[in-house]
Amino acid sequence: MLESYGPVLILILLSSALAALVLGLSSIMGPRGLGRGARDTYESGIIPTTSARQRFPVRFALLAMLFLVFDIEVIFFYPWAVIFRRLGLYGLIEMLLFIGLLFVGYIYAFKKGALNWE
Amino acid sequence: MAIAPPRGDTAANGTQVILSGDSMTINMGPQHPSTHGVLRLVLDLEGETVTRCEPVIGYLHTGFEKTYEEKTYLQGVVLTDRMDYLAPLSNNLGYALAIERLLGIEAPPRATVIRVLLAELTRINNHLVWLGTQALDLGAMSAFFYCFREREVLLDLFEMMSGARLMTSFIRPGGLMADLPDGWIERAESFLREFPGHIVEYESLLTENEIFKERTIGIGILSPEQAQALDLTGPSLRACGIPWDLRKLAPYCGYETYDFAVPTLTGGDVYDRYLIRMAEMRESTKIALQAIDRLPTGPVMTADRKIAIPPRAELATSMEALIHHFKLVSEGFKPPEGEVYTCIESPKGEIGFYLVSDGTGKPYRCHVRAPSFINLQSLPPMSVGGLVADLVAIIGSIDPVLGEVDR
Amino acid sequence: MTGGDIIEAVVKSLIIIVALLTAFAYMTLYERRILGRMQLRSGPNRVGPAGLLQPVADGVKLAFKQAITPRGVDKPLYLLAPAISVVTALSAFAVIPVGPTYNIFGRAIPFHLADFNVGLLFVLAMGSLGAYGIVLAGYASNNKYSLLGGLRAAAQLISYELALGLSLVGILMISGSLSLTAIVEGQARGLWYILVQPLAFVIYLISAIAETNRAPFDLVEAEQELVGGYHTEYTGLRFALFFMAEYINMVTVSALAATLFLGGWHGPFDLLSGPWWLLAKIILILTLYVVLRATLPRLRYDQLMRLGWHWLLPLALLNVVLTAIGITLLQ
Repeated sequence: MLESYGPVLILILLSSALAALVLGLSSIMGPRGLGRGARDTYESGIIPTTSARQRFPVRFALLAMLFLVFDIEVIFFYPWAVIFRRLGLYGLIEMLLFIGLLFVGYIYAFKKGALNWE
Repeated sequence: MAIAPPRGDTAANGTQVILSGDSMTINMGPQHPSTHGVLRLVLDLEGETVTRCEPVIGYLHTGFEKTYEEKTYLQGVVLTDRMDYLAPLSNNLGYALAIERLLGIEAPPRATVIRVLLAELTRINNHLVWLGTQALDLGAMSAFFYCFREREVLLDLFEMMSGARLMTSFIRPGGLMADLPDGWIERAESFLREFPGHIVEYESLLTENEIFKERTIGIGILSPEQAQALDLTGPSLRACGIPWDLRKLAPYCGYETYDFAVPTLTGGDVYDRYLIRMAEMRESTKIALQAIDRLPTGPVMTADRKIAIPPRAELATSMEALIHHFKLVSEGFKPPEGEVYTCIESPKGEIGFYLVSDGTGKPYRCHVRAPSFINLQSLPPMSVGGLVADLVAIIGSIDPVLGEVDR
Repeated sequence: MTGGDIIEAVVKSLIIIVALLTAFAYMTLYERRILGRMQLRSGPNRVGPAGLLQPVADGVKLAFKQAITPRGVDKPLYLLAPAISVVTALSAFAVIPVGPTYNIFGRAIPFHLADFNVGLLFVLAMGSLGAYGIVLAGYASNNKYSLLGGLRAAAQLISYELALGLSLVGILMISGSLSLTAIVEGQARGLWYILVQPLAFVIYLISAIAETNRAPFDLVEAEQELVGGYHTEYTGLRFALFFMAEYINMVTVSALAATLFLGGWHGPFDLLSGPWWLLAKIILILTLYVVLRATLPRLRYDQLMRLGWHWLLPLALLNVVLTAIGITLLQ
């Protein structure tokens, strides 16, 4: 069973080697020596006055949580979908209930404005 | 130039950063793909919402206005090209009209009609660059190339008549540098006949595109009152519903005798500015064709030898011509003492030249009322509260040229 | 695994890597030539016959660019980010079947690297992991434009992943398997799934374009807004890795679309053998990518989120319900 993952592991190892090789080459092949200001980060030609490591709005975290909730539901769909034909009417009704609950949650998030970006 | 420090504090060495509320101060420009030159904007962002937008100008400062004081009036023409390099002929015209008023002369009829024709071709040229870059700012890259195809024809025409594609310096005090070369009118006319078809082509790419409409409708709205308070002119003002166009209100070059409309809309947003400029290109085409139809024959430079440099042929035969030539080239013509303000409708709005003469061959002072500079004021009120992506669309819709802003 | 199996896996892995890198290189050229044609210009046509050596020239140029590590970056993450992008992009292709089983050198060689019962999940998982590369690059660069790009990426990728995942549920119900080989076989016996799942195909395609950060959803690197977005601070070959990952991802989602909806390596006629059919279908979808890029303006951030959450997600749910009812009625 697990054996079928072997080739994938080999591919991952080989592509990691490729990435390491390219990263290594990038530091070997290019010219050395830096002009003044070459190591400044880019901010449209102005020397940055503030760091980029700043707090960012909580909106992004909220979105991530919404995603987690819905993504787990989606993953839950997968095994159900695969054996859907074998479950028959029972599977359909159960899943309609599940989708109904999910949809209520969706409507709730929608009404709360969690899905509106502004 | 001193910038107000961002909200919150920076430590003494200026590198260590204190968390400063939820807003992030970021410099957009002078080296940025969509600030249309070297405009710098200091933005405060909350997430991607702009809470403060402060334009910082001066990165293209050339000292044109000071330089005028050291140049003869004729030499000053070349500086006007370089202020708005997308509509040089329009600036030439404004400057020439100001000097002519100072001198109390008028250009011959043929020159006047050609001036109208060139001013309108320049308007089309300017709007083509604007359209291409506005679309590019919104991420639609193909429109840019379509616009530049037609612009190429126009630049070829400019090159054919003046020898230069951008810095034409063709419209001079007293008339024109030279008459139009053979075949020029035919080429211009065939371009103008097919141009409305090209406008349809651009519109099919953008006008009804859902994403384009989403990105522009309701973005950067200015009320008519705000627009007037900010002293806006040009398409931005007309998109707010105010039919202000100097070609109608204070006609020059005989614009009152041409049949054209001043398109106005009431939305005041980026989309309406787009529609206005598209309509203006159509009107310009109409005016230019009328100018071609009525083009009289005759000289294109005033006959006053105290102002116009004598033609080359005369120099070999006439002593007087040689003296005039020497005087005009070495010290230029000398307008009487006085001051004058002349304005015309450039593609970007009202461009005005305020000239003070002290009776010598060089202006005592020349101030330019640059539409880009004044229209740029409207950027903060339009962009605060919008997203960064809106800001990019709004800058495009103002159509600033930084040469003119910084002068 | 026997020694032979390992050798077979290594050879196949190398073939996949080389093929994808070649596809990446020539996709850049193909895109630029098509864009050129659509924009009244020729595109690159000077290096080699018809510009065919342009990708080589680009690669050499990038290789000899200085690798600048800006001050203040989080160096381990900064270097790890492009590696993550490219490794996940390459690995995702592992489960995509490019052809039937052929007999080569007396061995029955199936034309896919691996076929396991959760193949489809594996592709999606690799796609999700790829988001880390972009987000970490944005975070590690110590650049505000990169940070904004990274944040946009985080929100965009997770928003569209839901619709992407849901759009495939219908196919699973019809095929009854998560194995991509089984899905291809299922289509060979009946109809291509694009005919029974047209809505899912549209949702998949839109989400896939958003997941690969391509126009009109290329907000993550929106040149006119964020300059370069997450890869603003990357130079030379490090930048090339991101570029590579983006194009390989395009190839992978196109291959997945072809596999799931367009019958995979099966063609209506036996004109071409399996892998060529798949290639033709991939090129078809890649061409769509290019045409969209040449035609459409970019969406704004909030519009992108609205499209994903307000439209695609409920439509994908609806598609699941309709498919479920349809299958039950037919049984």
